[in-house]
Amino acid sequence: MAASSSFLSTASLSNPKSTISFASSVSPAPIPSLRRVVFRSPSSRRRVMTIRSKIREIFMPALSSTMTEGKIVSWIKTEGEKLAKGESVVVVESDKADMDVETFYDGYLAAIVVGEGETAPVGAAIGLLAETEAEIEEAKNKAASKPSSSAVVPSPPPATSSPAPAIAQPSPAAAASDGPRKTVATPHAKKLAKQHKVDIGSVAGTGPFGRITASDVEAAAGLAPTVTPPPPPPPPAAAPAPTAKATTTSSPPLLPDASIVPFTAMQSAVSKNMIESLSVPTFRVGYPVNTDALDALYEKVKPKGVTMTALLAKAAGMALAQHPVVNASCKDGKSFSYNSNINVAVAVAINGGLITPVLQDANKLDLYLLSQKWKELVGKARSKQLQPHEYNSGTFTLSNLGMFGVDRFDAILPPGQGAIMAVGASKPTVVADKDGFFSVKNKMLVNVTADHRIVYGADLAAFLQTFAKIVENPDSLTL
Amino acid sequence: LSSIFSLSPDRSLFLTMQSAVALPFSQTPLTRPSRLLGSTGSIFSTPRSLRFCGLRREAFCSSPSTHLTLRSDRVRIPSTRFKVSAAATTNGAPPPKSFDYDLIIIGAGVGGHGAALHAVEKGLKTAIIEGDVVGGTCVNRGCVPSKALLAVSGRMRELQNEHHMKSFGLQVSAAGYDRQGVADHANNLATKIRNNLTNSMKALGVDILTGFGSVLGPQKVKYGKDNIITAKNIIIATGSVPFVPKGIEVDGKTVITSDHALKLESVPDWIAIVGSGYIGLEFSDVYTALGSEVTFIEALDQLMPGFDPEISKLAQRVLINPRKIDYHTGVFASKITPAKDGKPVMIELIDAKTKEHKDTLEVDAALIATGRAPFTNGLGLENVNVVTQRGFIPVDERMRVIDGNGKLVPNLYCIGDANGKLMLAHAASAQGISVVEQVTGRDHVLNHLSIPAACFTHPEISMVGLTEPQAREKGETEGFKVSVAKTSFKANTKALAENEGEGIAKMIYRPDNGEILGVHIFGLHAADLIHEASNAIALGTRIQDIKLAVHAHPTLSEVLDELFKAAKVEGHATTKTVSEKVAV
Repeated sequence: MAASSSFLSTASLSNPKSTISFASSVSPAPIPSLRRVVFRSPSSRRRVMTIRSKIREIFMPALSSTMTEGKIVSWIKTEGEKLAKGESVVVVESDKADMDVETFYDGYLAAIVVGEGETAPVGAAIGLLAETEAEIEEAKNKAASKPSSSAVVPSPPPATSSPAPAIAQPSPAAAASDGPRKTVATPHAKKLAKQHKVDIGSVAGTGPFGRITASDVEAAAGLAPTVTPPPPPPPPAAAPAPTAKATTTSSPPLLPDASIVPFTAMQSAVSKNMIESLSVPTFRVGYPVNTDALDALYEKVKPKGVTMTALLAKAAGMALAQHPVVNASCKDGKSFSYNSNINVAVAVAINGGLITPVLQDANKLDLYLLSQKWKELVGKARSKQLQPHEYNSGTFTLSNLGMFGVDRFDAILPPGQGAIMAVGASKPTVVADKDGFFSVKNKMLVNVTADHRIVYGADLAAFLQTFAKIVENPDSLTL
Repeated sequence: LSSIFSLSPDRSLFLTMQSAVALPFSQTPLTRPSRLLGSTGSIFSTPRSLRFCGLRREAFCSSPSTHLTLRSDRVRIPSTRFKVSAAATTNGAPPPKSFDYDLIIIGAGVGGHGAALHAVEKGLKTAIIEGDVVGGTCVNRGCVPSKALLAVSGRMRELQNEHHMKSFGLQVSAAGYDRQGVADHANNLATKIRNNLTNSMKALGVDILTGFGSVLGPQKVKYGKDNIITAKNIIIATGSVPFVPKGIEVDGKTVITSDHALKLESVPDWIAIVGSGYIGLEFSDVYTALGSEVTFIEALDQLMPGFDPEISKLAQRVLINPRKIDYHTGVFASKITPAKDGKPVMIELIDAKTKEHKDTLEVDAALIATGRAPFTNGLGLENVNVVTQRGFIPVDERMRVIDGNGKLVPNLYCIGDANGKLMLAHAASAQGISVVEQVTGRDHVLNHLSIPAACFTHPEISMVGLTEPQAREKGETEGFKVSVAKTSFKANTKALAENEGEGIAKMIYRPDNGEILGVHIFGLHAADLIHEASNAIALGTRIQDIKLAVHAHPTLSEVLDELFKAAKVEGHATTKTVSEKVAV
């Protein structure tokens, strides 16, 4: 019992208000390029330390690793009051707590630069300390010549912050022309901008309604997007070629009027995937497909809400079912990974980005369900509501640029998949049959890019033949 | 305290989810702007305490029913046996006039339920009328489902806090959640509690009558289409509904109230919460844990205006600043338009004082948490000449309803949110029990200053009694000294074991006699810790006595132990009660 009673009395009350000392002029690293005004009167004697001066600035201290600015709760000392080393001078409120700040030097509080209730960034001068009474006046004059206390001097980042982002700021003229359009930034975006000293006005918003989101600010600050917790904002998964922008490694000098817009999180992910694809040996096989029957079917089912995407995905799914190797992938360079499901990812361009929502079990679902599912996925993609499994579970990708009149193109194989199909426009083509009769048929060119480690030319050809047969006799699609 | 109302008279009905209310109600429970009461006579514009005194006297000499019950009580007292049989007979055959019931309660929320259970215990034949679902706001659209959501948000927060997990040596891969699963948890909990409530009343023989109830006349109630019943006493316990200020269009999808939010039909990327009281604060905890960003809109100049200033300052550092939350203070949301035609939710902000346009916000959703309005329409109050004030039913300190002439309405009581004294579920229940005590012959006045309140954020906030400024003001006018004792959760072993050292507790007390005036806690399990203090206040226990009571070590309860021990009471070395106990 005696032992436990000693326990009972051990808890000591720790005052939440703690004390911290500031080192003004001698502060070593924390304030690199501070606009420290070193005052030196002509009459000053030589000192041992050359940086020392008779009038010192009292800086806003960094009271925590996350503190970027502090608020003056109260000045314990008044102007003209004598200070002894170790005495508390001012109470500063940080993001975490109120702390007394004490002086390392004897002297006089000559001038208060930042008043009570005002805020100053870490490292900014908040007051002046004079060594002798005689210097108080001098210090006051200096204080008066400083910009008004509320106009806070921009301070350099504290030592703990990341290196300055190497991004070109848009010219002021451009910003001005944006005038009428109000910038809308989310709470987190604003906090991050403040933390990383990013001018929120210079960030391009890519969120809903053009608002600036946390990832926009992170991109602007040159940071890797943090993986945000619960509802993961759908970062793009596989990214086929069509809309991917070439990433130039060489950086030629910028033309004078050029502006640099950093990648959004989605664009960064596309870029990463594209670079990754370079390590896969790919080849391409093209095939013309007669679409007269498909077009006729499409006209028939269109009123029921069936889309061309669903038709093509269904056809590809059915063909893949007969050619499992095209639906496989090569994960380690040593083996085939056969996928048990046929999940057809379809590339979609959404404002400034590219994402591949996945139609799962495309071979099994009927056309109507697929069409419905597709509409739902596109809606979610637009509102950034896609769940990870809805954009990264694809086993085969379909990319269709036919609606733009593109007659043929080739796609880049997304990492983790065995093949991707690029579909061009269907257009009337003059063909000669085996008897030499000319006729006009609708033809579209499909071009499949595949990983040659697992899919060989004959495999791809056979797959395309099956695919063409299904499309040319599309009745099976509706079963 | 009264500033809350005076600054925003048109939108400040108090607010809060029942469990989570609190408020500085303490001294002047009905701080409604007196201009609204103008027509009802000067009696209401005098300070409350004075009015109570006057009414109490009046009640004692003019209310025959009180006399009757008092007398019968006297008869019953001599023997317990008598008491039992007397109760049995009254239950079946009410004396002079024949009533259907001894007590009818209109409204089966937590207040009505508490009153009903206590009435049965006291031998009253009791009926409860409910026009909607048993359980009322608290169980169906308030404290209960919100606790389910907060339980989820607490866990999410913990699992997502890598630093916190690492400090335990735990490794957790990305935590995720299924919105529907979370919503189901809240819904299932409400259903379970609703059934418990219903069953407990049925088991005791309370008649649950279904239909909308209204007062037809003295001791007469109508429910449903045209069922008329009579009772010796009637309690109105109809509660409240979310208050939506003018100019705000609630569509239930993108502009919502707590009623909708508790169903968790969506988790918007960015939600504005209008009002930073308990409801708003708790929802900000839920939404930010589930990944939303939050913007607070507060009419007053600072967030969390109802709390002790020191607590709200610390709470802001922990609950607001480090989270994905920003805020606009000193502004009204004058107009809120739901998202439509491809446009987001638009919120017009005007300066609370100058009424000038300040800003327009574009967000994905808006939650209106500006308080709750009494649900008293269609109650037939005109039949007994009662005039509501801003919808609230005027009552005296014994919950007796006051009519338009300032007179008591015999046999009619009003408890809970409908009277607006203290809009908390447990306050309603306590008021109901107090009424039953009175109608069964024991005079009882509930001490509202001993009713604790809690806000279930992570960590929690709880309080009882006065805030420090209120206590200092009271000390000044009444001429006593006020002292404050404080302790930090960082000094508590159990809190440190849980890696939850963030938090403080403070006690405001009189150093001259050791009376506890108020206790405020912000920290782990604050809502559970407050009761030692609220019980001490309710029972009048002094610090010099309670400081000798023993707390198990190591427990969070030692936070209060620290407070009691840190208090400096003048000249009270030992105390009678404890030494007697030691002797036994």
